[in-house]
Amino acid sequence: MSSPAAGAATKSLIAFGKKERKMLFDPMLDNNPITVQVLGVCSALAVTVQVNRAIVMALALISVLVFSNVIISMLRKLIPPSIRIIIMLAVIASLVIIVDQVLQAFLFDISKSLSVFVGLIITNCILLGRAEAFALANPPWQSFLDGVGNGMGYGIILVVVAALREILGSGTFLGFHVVPQIAYDLGYMNMGLMVLAPGAFILLGLLVWVQRTVTGYRE
Amino acid sequence: MIEQYLGLAIKSIFVENITLAYFLGMCSFLAVSKRVETAVGLGAAVVFVLAITTPVNWLLNEFILREGALAWAGLPNMDLSFLGFISFIAVIAAMVQLVEMFIERFSDSLYNALGIFLPLIAVNCAILGASLFMVERSYTFGETVVFGTASGVGFALAIAILAAIRYKMRYSDIPPALRGLGITMLTTGLMSIAFMTFAGISL
Repeated sequence: MSSPAAGAATKSLIAFGKKERKMLFDPMLDNNPITVQVLGVCSALAVTVQVNRAIVMALALISVLVFSNVIISMLRKLIPPSIRIIIMLAVIASLVIIVDQVLQAFLFDISKSLSVFVGLIITNCILLGRAEAFALANPPWQSFLDGVGNGMGYGIILVVVAALREILGSGTFLGFHVVPQIAYDLGYMNMGLMVLAPGAFILLGLLVWVQRTVTGYRE
Repeated sequence: MIEQYLGLAIKSIFVENITLAYFLGMCSFLAVSKRVETAVGLGAAVVFVLAITTPVNWLLNEFILREGALAWAGLPNMDLSFLGFISFIAVIAAMVQLVEMFIERFSDSLYNALGIFLPLIAVNCAILGASLFMVERSYTFGETVVFGTASGVGFALAIAILAAIRYKMRYSDIPPALRGLGITMLTTGLMSIAFMTFAGISL
């Protein structure tokens, strides 16, 4: 990852030019963390049975990612390279503890249903991946944008997968019934497979196919 | 007693496979499954590290972190469970480092086989996930040892199978946009269905 021009940073600390716009919007489609960079797939599959869980998980990840990117970027000149992984893990783990405590305090039911996956944000590859590849080499404002962009890219995939799984698997969206009763009367049935683990794998595989057909990315 | 442990082992390896049913360790599962040899190497390293870190984290949780655990130190009202995440990950990172040094010192051949994978494992979600599941399901010490080892075996089995399938798939004519991640996810989905069939076995 090339470091952004030092000149731009001295001109204005929070410039928002073409380069910054690219940093923010690129990870949402063309360089999506899940479907292109293949980072953070675990939780993308596990928490997508219902849309509301996916939204909470995405918000939790975005807040941890943004803060960890900014903090690590501010510390980047102080961190000795040999122990950087453990420092990044310490920063990320502390942020995840805060998020977990907040969720337990205000959204206890969802926090229970997310079970271990909030804790597993610590080992979510997006966090270490972005810290290592971006925040260690770039100033805080750019790292902030990179964090928001990658977090949103992750969140978009999460919500799309969750919406498809919830509609196809349970016939609901955010808990409201969207498949009309008449469809069930005519013999329509919910696809039980979508609620189970294999449904998530297959759906994400198909989504990757669609996304790569649109963007033209090839491995 | 033995039956209970055997049942838990079968359940953790097949029915509730940590990768195929709980999606843990997907990053390395997808990235390191291109060759069978490396996949087996990573699988062995994961079994090794899981078998050590899960019991160590159990001891840490039981005697220091959980509510009332510090009663032996005269602090019966202390609840340090919020420190769980950071202490577990610290234990994992430290244990991985220790294991690496230990293997380097005592077995050259094992070090050559596992060496490059060990640093990667510290951030494998399957390792932290097993410790968190162990706390959530309140396993006893014996169950934790079995659960940790069996989860590792489950991961190793899944990644070895996927690597073998991907090796065969190199000769298939796959649509260009589906190559790589796409077809691997679909294959994993089918493997996950196959592993779910073990759910019918009652022990």
